[in-house]
Amino acid sequence: MCGIVGLFLKDKALEPQLGALLSDMLITMTDRGPDSAGIAIYGGAANGDAKITVQSANPEQDFAGLQDKIEDASGGTAKVEIKSTHAVITLATDKLDAVRAALSTIAPTLRVMGAGESVEIYKEVGLPKDVVNRFGVRAMGGTHGIGHTRMATESAVTTLGAHPFSTGADQCLVHNGSLSNHNNLRRELKKRGLRFETENDSEVAAAYLTAEMDTGKDLGQALEGALDDLDGFFTFVVGTKSGFGVVRDPIACKPAVMAETDQYVAFGSEYRALVNLPGIETARVWEPEPATVYFWDHEKAAA
Amino acid sequence: MPVFDLSVTPLREFNQALHDIKDGANDTAFEVVNPRGHHSVAVGIDAPVSVEVKGSVGYYCAGMNDGGTVTVHGSAGPGVAENMMSGTVVIEGDASQYAGATGRGGLLVIKGNAASRCGISMKGIDIVVHGSIGHMSAFMAQSGNLVVLGDAGDALGDSLYEARLFVRGSVKSLGADCIEKEMRPEHIEALGALLEKAGVSDAKPEDFKRYGSARTLYTFNIDNADAY
Repeated sequence: MCGIVGLFLKDKALEPQLGALLSDMLITMTDRGPDSAGIAIYGGAANGDAKITVQSANPEQDFAGLQDKIEDASGGTAKVEIKSTHAVITLATDKLDAVRAALSTIAPTLRVMGAGESVEIYKEVGLPKDVVNRFGVRAMGGTHGIGHTRMATESAVTTLGAHPFSTGADQCLVHNGSLSNHNNLRRELKKRGLRFETENDSEVAAAYLTAEMDTGKDLGQALEGALDDLDGFFTFVVGTKSGFGVVRDPIACKPAVMAETDQYVAFGSEYRALVNLPGIETARVWEPEPATVYFWDHEKAAA
Repeated sequence: MPVFDLSVTPLREFNQALHDIKDGANDTAFEVVNPRGHHSVAVGIDAPVSVEVKGSVGYYCAGMNDGGTVTVHGSAGPGVAENMMSGTVVIEGDASQYAGATGRGGLLVIKGNAASRCGISMKGIDIVVHGSIGHMSAFMAQSGNLVVLGDAGDALGDSLYEARLFVRGSVKSLGADCIEKEMRPEHIEALGALLEKAGVSDAKPEDFKRYGSARTLYTFNIDNADAY
Protein backbone atom coordinates (compact mmCIF):
# COMPACT_ATOMS: atom_id res chain seq x y z
CA MET A 1 0.00 0.00 0.00
CA CYS A 2 2.02 2.99 1.31
CA GLY A 3 0.51 6.28 2.42
CA ILE A 4 1.56 9.61 0.98
CA VAL A 5 0.71 13.17 1.90
CA GLY A 6 1.63 16.62 0.66
CA LEU A 7 0.85 20.19 1.61
CA PHE A 8 1.59 23.29 -0.45
CA LEU A 9 0.78 26.50 1.39
CA LYS A 10 -0.53 29.58 -0.39
CA ASP A 11 -1.23 31.54 2.81
CA LYS A 12 1.97 32.68 4.56
CA ALA A 13 0.08 32.79 7.86
CA LEU A 14 0.01 28.97 7.85
CA GLU A 15 3.75 28.57 7.25
CA PRO A 16 4.72 28.22 10.95
CA GLN A 17 2.25 25.31 11.18
CA LEU A 18 3.53 23.35 8.16
CA GLY A 19 5.42 20.73 10.18
CA ALA A 20 2.54 20.18 12.60
CA LEU A 21 -0.10 19.91 9.86
CA LEU A 22 1.99 17.56 7.74
CA SER A 23 2.90 15.41 10.77
CA ASP A 24 -0.78 14.87 11.62
CA MET A 25 -1.58 14.03 8.01
CA LEU A 26 1.20 11.44 7.86
CA ILE A 27 0.40 9.86 11.24
CA THR A 28 -3.21 9.37 10.08
CA MET A 29 -1.84 7.30 7.19
CA THR A 30 0.22 5.00 9.47
CA ASP A 31 -1.91 1.91 8.83
CA ARG A 32 -1.16 2.13 5.10
CA GLY A 33 2.48 1.21 5.80
CA PRO A 34 4.44 0.60 9.01
CA ASP A 35 7.96 -0.06 7.63
CA SER A 36 9.55 3.36 7.42
CA ALA A 37 8.52 6.99 7.24
CA GLY A 38 9.93 10.22 5.95
CA ILE A 39 9.16 13.88 5.54
CA ALA A 40 10.64 16.61 3.34
CA ILE A 41 10.14 20.17 4.54
CA TYR A 42 10.79 23.15 2.31
CA GLY A 43 11.77 25.70 4.91
CA GLY A 44 12.52 28.69 2.78
CA ALA A 45 16.13 29.70 2.25
CA ALA A 46 17.46 31.98 4.98
CA ASN A 47 20.04 34.63 3.96
CA GLY A 48 20.67 32.78 0.71
CA ASP A 49 22.24 29.88 2.59
CA ALA A 50 22.07 26.26 1.48
CA LYS A 51 21.44 23.10 3.49
CA ILE A 52 22.62 19.52 3.35
CA THR A 53 20.72 16.90 5.36
CA VAL A 54 22.94 13.92 6.24
CA GLN A 55 22.14 10.71 8.08
CA SER A 56 24.34 8.30 9.99
CA ALA A 57 23.97 4.81 11.42
CA ASN A 58 26.46 5.88 14.15
CA PRO A 59 25.54 9.51 14.78
CA GLU A 60 27.63 9.98 17.94
CA GLN A 61 30.77 8.93 16.16
CA ASP A 62 30.07 10.45 12.75
CA PHE A 63 28.72 13.82 13.87
CA ALA A 64 31.46 14.46 16.47
CA GLY A 65 33.65 17.24 15.18
CA LEU A 66 31.86 17.29 11.81
CA GLN A 67 31.69 21.08 11.77
CA ASP A 68 35.46 21.34 12.22
CA LYS A 69 36.10 18.71 9.58
CA ILE A 70 34.23 20.67 6.92
CA GLU A 71 35.59 24.05 8.08
CA ASP A 72 37.98 24.36 5.16
CA ALA A 73 35.66 23.12 2.44
CA SER A 74 32.90 25.46 3.58
CA GLY A 75 35.18 28.47 3.96
CA GLY A 76 34.16 28.63 7.59
CA THR A 77 30.47 29.10 6.74
CA ALA A 78 29.16 25.68 7.85
CA LYS A 79 27.00 25.18 10.93
CA VAL A 80 25.93 21.67 11.94
CA GLU A 81 22.68 21.06 13.77
CA ILE A 82 22.27 17.49 15.02
CA LYS A 83 18.80 15.97 15.15
CA SER A 84 18.96 12.36 16.31
CA THR A 85 20.34 10.27 13.41
CA HIS A 86 20.28 13.26 11.06
CA ALA A 87 22.27 16.46 10.92
CA VAL A 88 21.50 19.58 8.92
CA ILE A 89 24.55 21.41 7.63
CA THR A 90 23.79 25.06 6.84
CA LEU A 91 26.39 26.75 4.67
CA ALA A 92 27.00 29.37 2.00
CA THR A 93 25.30 28.31 -1.24
CA ASP A 94 28.51 28.67 -3.29
CA LYS A 95 30.21 26.12 -1.01
CA LEU A 96 27.53 23.45 -1.42
CA ASP A 97 29.28 21.40 -4.10
CA ALA A 98 32.68 21.65 -2.39
CA VAL A 99 31.30 20.42 0.93
CA ARG A 100 29.35 17.57 -0.69
CA ALA A 101 32.54 16.47 -2.43
CA ALA A 102 34.54 16.80 0.79
CA LEU A 103 31.98 14.78 2.80
CA SER A 104 32.54 11.73 0.64
CA THR A 105 36.17 11.56 1.77
CA ILE A 106 36.01 13.16 5.26
CA ALA A 107 32.93 11.24 6.39
CA PRO A 108 32.30 8.41 3.91
CA THR A 109 29.81 6.67 6.20
CA LEU A 110 27.41 9.63 6.12
CA ARG A 111 24.48 9.38 3.76
CA VAL A 112 23.21 12.51 2.08
CA MET A 113 19.40 12.59 2.38
CA GLY A 114 18.98 15.77 0.39
CA ALA A 115 20.56 19.11 -0.35
CA GLY A 116 19.61 22.48 -1.72
CA GLU A 117 18.63 26.00 -0.76
CA SER A 118 15.42 25.03 0.96
CA VAL A 119 14.80 21.33 1.56
CA GLU A 120 15.41 19.31 4.70
CA ILE A 121 14.68 15.57 4.52
CA TYR A 122 14.20 13.28 7.51
CA LYS A 123 13.53 9.56 7.12
CA GLU A 124 14.00 6.45 9.18
CA VAL A 125 12.76 2.93 9.67
CA GLY A 126 9.74 2.94 12.01
CA LEU A 127 6.30 4.46 12.41
CA PRO A 128 5.42 8.02 11.35
CA LYS A 129 4.74 9.13 14.94
CA ASP A 130 8.20 8.00 16.04
CA VAL A 131 9.96 9.52 13.04
CA VAL A 132 8.11 12.81 13.47
CA ASN A 133 8.95 12.98 17.18
CA ARG A 134 12.55 11.95 16.76
CA PHE A 135 13.28 14.85 14.42
CA GLY A 136 10.97 17.44 15.94
CA VAL A 137 9.10 17.85 12.65
CA ARG A 138 6.07 19.44 14.33
CA ALA A 139 8.06 22.55 15.23
CA MET A 140 9.26 23.12 11.66
CA GLY A 141 7.79 25.86 9.52
CA GLY A 142 7.95 26.08 5.76
CA THR A 143 6.26 26.74 2.45
CA HIS A 144 5.50 23.17 1.38
CA GLY A 145 6.30 19.61 2.29
CA ILE A 146 5.66 15.96 1.46
CA GLY A 147 5.59 12.80 3.52
CA HIS A 148 5.48 9.04 3.08
CA THR A 149 4.85 5.96 5.18
CA ARG A 150 6.04 2.79 3.54
CA MET A 151 4.84 -0.76 3.03
CA ALA A 152 7.89 -2.14 1.25
CA THR A 153 7.48 -4.19 -1.92
CA GLU A 154 10.40 -3.57 -4.29
CA SER A 155 13.46 -3.26 -2.04
CA ALA A 156 14.76 -3.61 1.51
CA VAL A 157 13.36 -1.89 4.60
CA THR A 158 16.26 0.45 5.34
CA THR A 159 16.75 4.16 5.96
CA LEU A 160 17.97 4.61 2.40
CA GLY A 161 14.97 2.70 1.08
CA ALA A 162 12.60 5.07 2.88
CA HIS A 163 10.94 7.92 1.03
CA PRO A 164 11.21 10.79 0.12
CA PHE A 165 13.93 10.21 -2.46
CA SER A 166 16.05 13.17 -3.41
CA THR A 167 18.21 12.97 -6.52
CA GLY A 168 18.72 16.65 -7.28
CA ALA A 169 19.04 19.95 -5.48
CA ASP A 170 15.82 20.80 -3.64
CA GLN A 171 14.00 17.96 -5.42
CA CYS A 172 12.23 15.07 -3.79
CA LEU A 173 9.62 12.47 -4.59
CA VAL A 174 7.30 10.10 -2.75
CA HIS A 175 5.67 7.16 -4.49
CA ASN A 176 2.79 4.80 -3.88
CA GLY A 177 2.96 1.92 -6.31
CA SER A 178 5.58 -0.15 -8.07
CA LEU A 179 7.48 0.40 -11.30
CA SER A 180 8.19 -2.44 -13.71
CA ASN A 181 10.82 -0.85 -15.97
CA HIS A 182 13.04 0.61 -13.27
CA ASN A 183 16.07 -1.60 -13.93
CA ASN A 184 16.30 -0.62 -17.56
CA LEU A 185 15.64 3.02 -16.84
CA ARG A 186 18.28 3.03 -14.09
CA ARG A 187 20.86 1.78 -16.62
CA GLU A 188 19.91 4.55 -19.04
CA LEU A 189 19.99 7.21 -16.35
CA LYS A 190 23.42 6.02 -15.15
CA LYS A 191 24.67 6.60 -18.70
CA ARG A 192 23.31 10.14 -18.43
CA GLY A 193 25.46 10.62 -15.32
CA LEU A 194 22.96 10.06 -12.50
CA ARG A 195 24.06 8.28 -9.34
CA PHE A 196 21.95 5.84 -7.35
CA GLU A 197 22.11 4.92 -3.67
CA THR A 198 19.68 1.96 -3.73
CA GLU A 199 18.01 -0.71 -5.86
CA ASN A 200 14.68 0.97 -5.17
CA ASP A 201 12.21 1.61 -8.02
CA SER A 202 11.04 4.93 -6.59
CA GLU A 203 14.57 6.33 -6.59
CA VAL A 204 14.61 5.73 -10.35
CA ALA A 205 11.46 7.83 -10.73
CA ALA A 206 13.06 10.63 -8.73
CA ALA A 207 16.25 10.44 -10.80
CA TYR A 208 14.23 10.41 -14.02
CA LEU A 209 12.56 13.69 -13.06
CA THR A 210 15.93 15.17 -12.05
CA ALA A 211 17.43 14.22 -15.41
CA GLU A 212 14.48 15.66 -17.30
CA MET A 213 14.52 18.91 -15.34
CA ASP A 214 18.28 19.17 -16.00
CA THR A 215 17.40 19.48 -19.69
CA GLY A 216 15.50 22.67 -18.91
CA LYS A 217 12.00 21.28 -18.38
CA ASP A 218 9.91 22.50 -15.47
CA LEU A 219 8.40 20.02 -13.02
CA GLY A 220 5.10 19.89 -14.89
CA GLN A 221 6.82 19.03 -18.18
CA ALA A 222 9.00 16.42 -16.49
CA LEU A 223 5.90 14.77 -15.00
CA GLU A 224 4.29 14.68 -18.47
CA GLY A 225 7.36 12.78 -19.65
CA ALA A 226 7.06 10.34 -16.76
CA LEU A 227 3.66 9.27 -18.08
CA ASP A 228 5.35 8.12 -21.32
CA ASP A 229 8.58 6.72 -19.92
CA LEU A 230 7.65 5.04 -16.61
CA ASP A 231 5.85 1.71 -16.69
CA GLY A 232 3.95 0.45 -13.67
CA PHE A 233 1.68 1.71 -10.96
CA PHE A 234 2.28 5.09 -9.45
CA THR A 235 0.87 7.99 -7.62
CA PHE A 236 3.72 10.49 -7.24
CA VAL A 237 3.88 13.61 -5.12
CA VAL A 238 6.92 15.69 -5.98
CA GLY A 239 8.51 18.79 -4.49
CA THR A 240 10.95 21.28 -5.95
CA LYS A 241 12.32 24.46 -4.37
CA SER A 242 9.15 26.37 -5.20
CA GLY A 243 6.93 23.76 -6.87
CA PHE A 244 4.59 20.92 -5.94
CA GLY A 245 3.35 18.30 -8.39
CA VAL A 246 1.07 15.26 -8.46
CA VAL A 247 0.62 12.62 -11.14
CA ARG A 248 -1.07 9.21 -11.31
CA ASP A 249 -0.50 6.49 -13.89
CA PRO A 250 -3.25 5.84 -16.48
CA ILE A 251 -4.66 2.84 -14.56
CA ALA A 252 -4.85 4.92 -11.36
CA CYS A 253 -5.45 2.08 -8.93
CA LYS A 254 -3.33 3.76 -6.24
CA PRO A 255 -5.61 6.06 -4.27
CA ALA A 256 -5.36 9.85 -4.22
CA VAL A 257 -7.47 12.68 -2.87
CA MET A 258 -6.75 16.39 -3.19
CA ALA A 259 -8.18 19.47 -1.51
CA GLU A 260 -7.70 23.12 -2.38
CA THR A 261 -8.67 26.31 -0.58
CA ASP A 262 -7.39 29.90 -0.76
CA GLN A 263 -4.86 28.85 1.90
CA TYR A 264 -3.38 25.60 0.56
CA VAL A 265 -3.29 22.66 -1.82
CA ALA A 266 -3.28 19.34 0.02
CA PHE A 267 -2.76 15.74 -1.07
CA GLY A 268 -3.58 12.52 0.80
CA SER A 269 -3.76 8.84 -0.10
CA GLU A 270 -7.11 9.00 1.64
CA TYR A 271 -9.55 11.70 2.68
CA ARG A 272 -8.85 10.75 6.31
CA ALA A 273 -5.45 12.43 6.01
CA LEU A 274 -7.07 15.78 5.20
CA VAL A 275 -9.82 16.02 7.82
CA ASN A 276 -7.87 18.15 10.31
CA LEU A 277 -6.82 20.82 7.81
CA PRO A 278 -8.32 24.27 8.41
CA GLY A 279 -11.38 24.94 6.28
CA ILE A 280 -11.55 21.38 4.89
CA GLU A 281 -15.35 21.46 5.24
CA THR A 282 -15.59 24.06 2.49
CA ALA A 283 -12.51 23.05 0.46
CA ARG A 284 -12.77 21.85 -3.11
CA VAL A 285 -12.09 18.13 -2.70
CA TRP A 286 -11.47 15.94 -5.72
CA GLU A 287 -9.73 12.82 -6.93
CA PRO A 288 -6.88 13.58 -9.35
CA GLU A 289 -7.61 12.20 -12.82
CA PRO A 290 -5.52 9.35 -14.23
CA ALA A 291 -2.56 10.35 -16.45
CA THR A 292 -3.07 14.02 -15.63
CA VAL A 293 -0.34 16.30 -14.29
CA TYR A 294 -1.20 18.67 -11.45
CA PHE A 295 1.42 21.29 -10.72
CA TRP A 296 1.67 24.39 -8.51
CA ASP A 297 4.61 26.78 -8.20
CA HIS A 298 5.17 29.60 -5.72
CA GLU A 299 7.44 31.49 -8.10
CA LYS A 300 5.08 31.18 -11.04
CA ALA A 301 2.15 32.20 -8.88
CA ALA A 302 4.05 35.30 -7.80
CA ALA A 303 5.07 36.20 -11.35
CA MET B 1 -32.95 8.33 16.84
CA PRO B 2 -29.56 7.00 18.05
CA VAL B 3 -26.71 9.26 16.99
CA PHE B 4 -23.19 7.85 16.77
CA ASP B 5 -20.34 10.36 16.85
CA LEU B 6 -17.40 8.54 15.28
CA SER B 7 -14.92 11.11 16.63
CA VAL B 8 -15.57 9.64 20.10
CA THR B 9 -17.35 6.29 19.57
CA PRO B 10 -15.46 3.33 18.08
CA LEU B 11 -16.78 2.30 14.66
CA ARG B 12 -17.15 -1.27 15.94
CA GLU B 13 -19.87 -0.13 18.38
CA PHE B 14 -21.89 1.49 15.62
CA ASN B 15 -21.66 -1.44 13.21
CA GLN B 16 -22.49 -3.84 16.07
CA ALA B 17 -25.61 -1.80 16.90
CA LEU B 18 -26.78 -2.28 13.32
CA HIS B 19 -26.28 -6.02 13.62
CA ASP B 20 -28.03 -6.26 17.00
CA ILE B 21 -31.42 -5.19 15.63
CA LYS B 22 -34.04 -7.83 16.32
CA ASP B 23 -36.63 -8.91 13.77
CA GLY B 24 -39.68 -6.66 13.97
CA ALA B 25 -37.92 -3.87 15.84
CA ASN B 26 -39.20 -0.47 14.81
CA ASP B 27 -36.42 1.77 16.15
CA THR B 28 -34.35 1.41 13.02
CA ALA B 29 -33.18 4.93 12.15
CA PHE B 30 -29.55 5.86 12.87
CA GLU B 31 -27.44 8.92 12.38
CA VAL B 32 -23.64 9.03 12.11
CA VAL B 33 -21.77 12.28 12.65
CA ASN B 34 -18.04 13.05 12.21
CA PRO B 35 -17.28 10.04 9.99
CA ARG B 36 -14.01 11.81 9.01
CA GLY B 37 -13.19 9.41 6.21
CA HIS B 38 -13.53 6.28 8.40
CA HIS B 39 -13.39 2.94 6.61
CA SER B 40 -16.20 0.36 6.68
CA VAL B 41 -18.99 2.62 7.98
CA ALA B 42 -22.33 0.74 8.08
CA VAL B 43 -20.89 -2.45 6.62
CA GLY B 44 -22.84 -5.70 6.70
CA ILE B 45 -26.35 -4.34 7.30
CA ASP B 46 -28.82 -7.23 7.18
CA ALA B 47 -32.05 -5.52 8.31
CA PRO B 48 -34.24 -2.74 6.87
CA VAL B 49 -32.55 0.06 8.83
CA SER B 50 -31.93 3.59 7.66
CA VAL B 51 -28.60 5.32 8.25
CA GLU B 52 -27.86 8.99 7.64
CA VAL B 53 -24.11 9.67 7.51
CA LYS B 54 -23.32 13.37 7.97
CA GLY B 55 -19.95 13.75 6.28
CA SER B 56 -17.48 11.92 4.02
CA VAL B 57 -16.50 8.27 4.43
CA GLY B 58 -13.46 6.17 3.44
CA TYR B 59 -13.23 2.67 2.00
CA TYR B 60 -16.12 0.17 1.74
CA CYS B 61 -19.01 2.19 3.19
CA ALA B 62 -22.27 0.20 3.21
CA GLY B 63 -20.50 -2.87 1.87
CA MET B 64 -22.62 -6.04 1.60
CA ASN B 65 -25.76 -4.02 2.43
CA ASP B 66 -28.78 -6.31 2.54
CA GLY B 67 -31.98 -4.33 2.90
CA GLY B 68 -30.79 -1.12 4.55
CA THR B 69 -31.06 2.46 3.31
CA VAL B 70 -27.79 4.37 3.70
CA THR B 71 -27.40 8.02 2.74
CA VAL B 72 -23.97 9.65 2.82
CA HIS B 73 -24.16 13.44 3.03
CA GLY B 74 -20.65 13.80 1.67
CA SER B 75 -18.34 11.79 -0.57
CA ALA B 76 -17.38 8.13 -0.40
CA GLY B 77 -14.00 6.43 -0.75
CA PRO B 78 -13.19 3.29 -2.75
CA GLY B 79 -15.61 0.36 -2.83
CA VAL B 80 -18.81 2.01 -1.65
CA ALA B 81 -21.73 -0.46 -1.52
CA GLU B 82 -19.40 -3.24 -2.62
CA ASN B 83 -21.29 -6.49 -3.06
CA MET B 84 -24.65 -4.94 -2.09
CA MET B 85 -27.40 -7.60 -1.92
CA SER B 86 -30.50 -5.39 -1.59
CA GLY B 87 -31.57 -2.00 -0.25
CA THR B 88 -30.56 1.52 -1.26
CA VAL B 89 -27.33 3.51 -0.92
CA VAL B 90 -27.28 7.20 -1.84
CA ILE B 91 -24.06 9.24 -2.05
CA GLU B 92 -24.79 12.97 -2.13
CA GLY B 93 -21.22 13.80 -3.22
CA ASP B 94 -18.68 11.89 -5.33
CA ALA B 95 -17.63 8.26 -5.12
CA SER B 96 -14.11 6.89 -5.56
CA GLN B 97 -13.01 3.75 -7.39
CA TYR B 98 -15.08 0.60 -7.87
CA ALA B 99 -18.38 1.90 -6.52
CA GLY B 100 -20.97 -0.86 -6.42
CA ALA B 101 -18.40 -3.52 -7.36
CA THR B 102 -19.79 -7.07 -7.59
CA GLY B 103 -23.20 -5.84 -6.35
CA ARG B 104 -25.93 -8.46 -6.57
CA GLY B 105 -28.99 -6.30 -5.97
CA GLY B 106 -30.37 -3.07 -4.60
CA LEU B 107 -29.93 0.48 -5.86
CA LEU B 108 -26.81 2.68 -5.62
CA VAL B 109 -27.33 6.36 -6.45
CA ILE B 110 -24.30 8.65 -6.77
CA LYS B 111 -25.30 12.30 -7.10
CA GLY B 112 -21.81 13.51 -8.01
CA ASN B 113 -19.22 11.72 -10.14
CA ALA B 114 -17.85 8.21 -9.77
CA ALA B 115 -14.19 7.41 -10.42
CA SER B 116 -12.77 4.45 -12.30
CA ARG B 117 -14.17 0.89 -12.33
CA CYS B 118 -17.70 1.88 -11.30
CA GLY B 119 -19.87 -1.25 -11.31
CA ILE B 120 -16.97 -3.60 -11.97
CA SER B 121 -18.22 -7.20 -12.07
CA MET B 122 -21.75 -6.09 -11.10
CA LYS B 123 -24.14 -8.99 -10.78
CA GLY B 124 -27.64 -7.55 -10.54
CA ILE B 125 -27.25 -4.19 -8.78
CA ASP B 126 -28.70 -1.03 -10.33
CA ILE B 127 -26.33 1.96 -10.27
CA VAL B 128 -27.45 5.49 -11.19
CA VAL B 129 -24.73 8.16 -11.44
CA HIS B 130 -25.88 11.76 -11.86
CA GLY B 131 -22.43 12.91 -12.95
CA SER B 132 -19.74 11.11 -14.95
CA ILE B 133 -17.84 7.86 -14.45
CA GLY B 134 -14.15 7.00 -14.90
CA HIS B 135 -12.33 4.43 -17.00
CA MET B 136 -12.91 0.65 -17.01
CA SER B 137 -16.40 1.00 -15.60
CA ALA B 138 -18.67 -2.06 -15.78
CA PHE B 139 -15.64 -4.26 -16.52
CA MET B 140 -16.90 -7.87 -16.75
CA ALA B 141 -20.34 -6.71 -15.58
CA GLN B 142 -22.70 -9.65 -15.55
CA SER B 143 -26.20 -8.30 -14.91
CA GLY B 144 -28.05 -5.28 -13.59
CA ASN B 145 -28.18 -1.72 -14.94
CA LEU B 146 -25.58 1.06 -14.93
CA VAL B 147 -27.11 4.45 -15.73
CA VAL B 148 -24.87 7.50 -16.27
CA LEU B 149 -26.35 10.96 -16.78
CA GLY B 150 -22.94 12.44 -17.63
CA ASP B 151 -20.03 10.94 -19.58
CA ALA B 152 -18.16 7.64 -19.38
CA GLY B 153 -14.36 7.27 -19.46
CA ASP B 154 -12.17 4.89 -21.44
CA ALA B 155 -12.96 1.21 -21.99
CA LEU B 156 -16.58 1.21 -20.88
CA GLY B 157 -17.99 -2.28 -20.47
CA ASP B 158 -14.81 -4.18 -21.29
CA SER B 159 -15.40 -7.96 -21.43
CA LEU B 160 -19.05 -7.34 -20.64
CA TYR B 161 -21.55 -10.11 -19.99
CA GLU B 162 -25.24 -9.23 -19.81
CA ALA B 163 -25.39 -6.01 -17.75
CA ARG B 164 -27.15 -3.11 -19.49
CA LEU B 165 -25.32 0.21 -19.67
CA PHE B 166 -27.15 3.50 -20.36
CA VAL B 167 -25.13 6.67 -20.92
CA ARG B 168 -26.64 10.08 -21.67
CA GLY B 169 -23.36 11.89 -22.43
CA SER B 170 -20.29 10.86 -24.38
CA VAL B 171 -18.35 7.63 -24.05
CA LYS B 172 -14.61 8.15 -24.38
CA SER B 173 -14.10 4.62 -25.68
CA LEU B 174 -15.79 1.24 -25.50
CA GLY B 175 -13.97 -1.75 -24.06
CA ALA B 176 -13.47 -5.10 -25.79
CA ASP B 177 -16.76 -6.73 -26.85
CA CYS B 178 -18.91 -3.76 -25.77
CA ILE B 179 -21.11 -2.20 -28.46
CA GLU B 180 -23.87 0.35 -28.77
CA LYS B 181 -27.26 -1.28 -29.03
CA GLU B 182 -30.70 -0.16 -30.10
CA MET B 183 -32.95 1.47 -27.47
CA ARG B 184 -36.10 -0.57 -27.89
CA PRO B 185 -39.40 0.31 -26.16
CA GLU B 186 -38.75 -2.14 -23.33
CA HIS B 187 -35.42 -0.42 -22.59
CA ILE B 188 -37.06 3.04 -22.58
CA GLU B 189 -39.65 1.69 -20.18
CA ALA B 190 -37.18 -0.04 -17.85
CA LEU B 191 -34.83 2.96 -17.83
CA GLY B 192 -37.73 5.34 -17.14
CA ALA B 193 -38.77 3.26 -14.15
CA LEU B 194 -35.22 3.13 -12.83
CA LEU B 195 -34.73 6.91 -13.20
CA GLU B 196 -37.93 7.47 -11.30
CA LYS B 197 -36.88 5.07 -8.55
CA ALA B 198 -33.57 6.92 -8.27
CA GLY B 199 -35.33 10.28 -7.99
CA VAL B 200 -34.01 11.63 -11.29
CA SER B 201 -36.47 14.15 -12.70
CA ASP B 202 -34.31 16.06 -15.19
CA ALA B 203 -33.44 13.26 -17.63
CA LYS B 204 -35.60 11.54 -20.23
CA PRO B 205 -34.91 7.89 -21.06
CA GLU B 206 -35.00 8.79 -24.77
CA ASP B 207 -31.83 10.89 -24.29
CA PHE B 208 -29.70 7.86 -23.39
CA LYS B 209 -27.80 5.41 -25.54
CA ARG B 210 -27.67 1.76 -24.59
CA TYR B 211 -24.48 -0.32 -24.58
CA GLY B 212 -24.21 -4.04 -24.13
CA SER B 213 -22.18 -7.11 -24.91
CA ALA B 214 -21.48 -8.14 -28.50
CA ARG B 215 -21.34 -11.66 -27.06
CA THR B 216 -18.26 -12.66 -29.03
CA LEU B 217 -15.89 -12.86 -26.06
CA TYR B 218 -17.75 -15.14 -23.72
CA THR B 219 -19.69 -18.28 -24.57
CA PHE B 220 -23.22 -17.05 -24.79
CA ASN B 221 -25.90 -19.68 -25.20
CA ILE B 222 -29.40 -18.38 -25.97
CA ASP B 223 -30.88 -21.19 -23.89
CA ASN B 224 -29.35 -19.58 -20.79
CA ALA B 225 -30.72 -16.08 -21.48
CA ASP B 226 -33.22 -16.33 -18.62
CA ALA B 227 -30.39 -16.74 -16.13
CA TYR B 228 -29.33 -13.09 -16.49
